[in-house]
Amino acid sequence: MSAQKYSISGRPRPTGSRVDLYVWWAVRISSLALFVLALAHFSMTHFVFDPGIQSAEWVRQTRWNSITLRVLDWGMLMAVLVHGFLGMRTVMQDYVPSRIRQASLIGLYAIALLLFVLGTQVVVTLPMD
Amino acid sequence: MTQGSSPLASPQKLRNYPSYRGGEGMVAWAFHRISGIGVWAFIVLHVFDIWLIGANPALYDALGEFYSSAPGRVMETLLGAALFYHALNGMRIVVMDFWPALTIYHRGLWRAVWVTFFTFGLPGAYIILKPIWEMAA
Ligand code: HEM
Repeated sequence: MSAQKYSISGRPRPTGSRVDLYVWWAVRISSLALFVLALAHFSMTHFVFDPGIQSAEWVRQTRWNSITLRVLDWGMLMAVLVHGFLGMRTVMQDYVPSRIRQASLIGLYAIALLLFVLGTQVVVTLPMD
Repeated sequence: MTQGSSPLASPQKLRNYPSYRGGEGMVAWAFHRISGIGVWAFIVLHVFDIWLIGANPALYDALGEFYSSAPGRVMETLLGAALFYHALNGMRIVVMDFWPALTIYHRGLWRAVWVTFFTFGLPGAYIILKPIWEMAA
């Protein structure tokens, strides 16, 4: 069993708390999606197309003139909200003093909610040709 | 809720890190944490700027000028390096977590992370940075 709980550089699989165990799984599952989506996204925006041409109008006419690409980008947003914010939860639990930890975590989740709203709004409402 | 995520739990104080554990595991973990926080911070900004495409396209385009300027490109190269390291090392963690038997190869996996990082990262950095001297010429 001890080999199961140990990895050379990752957080060991939590055994004390059910919530922490779910978080541990959610971070790992979402990381598989991000490996493909985030690296493909960075390659598209920096190697295939130069940042110099990607104006708001260009995004509207080319990149987001496709339902598929909009859905993929929205899916990437969902994956990063799960992964990045649960990852930051772990980081904050390590460093934020317990007195203000709960309030800080609520602030963290509020930012996640805000990004969910803003990201979803622009993906859904930006006009298509 | 349990606290603490360090590979070997106890030390929570930053000054303990240099003397605790040591070796590749600690370097991998520290880099992973720093790059994760860095990429997270960028993404908070980045969802806002994408939102501007609908809310304020002129402001988005002004920000785009910065992204394609020389300092912007240097920062994107660093962002790409952080993301790429985090992604590769993250896969190394997931592989060992899901198939613990592979943990005996952790040194080889660690080397593979860096070989992959430089093999794809150096040409990638060149592509991002190239317009800086092309514009100057
Ligand atoms: C591209 C593919 C990615 C992979 C394969 C990946 C993988 C991982 C893994 C496996 C962990 C858990 C480490 C542990 O429990 O010790 C983790 C943690 C984390 N990730 Fe990612 N990740 C990726 C992308 C991202 C992105 C885009 C962000 C930014 C929003 C991010 C932010 C974080 C943060 C903040 C942590 C917590 C770090 C810690 O606890 O030390 N990751 N990542």
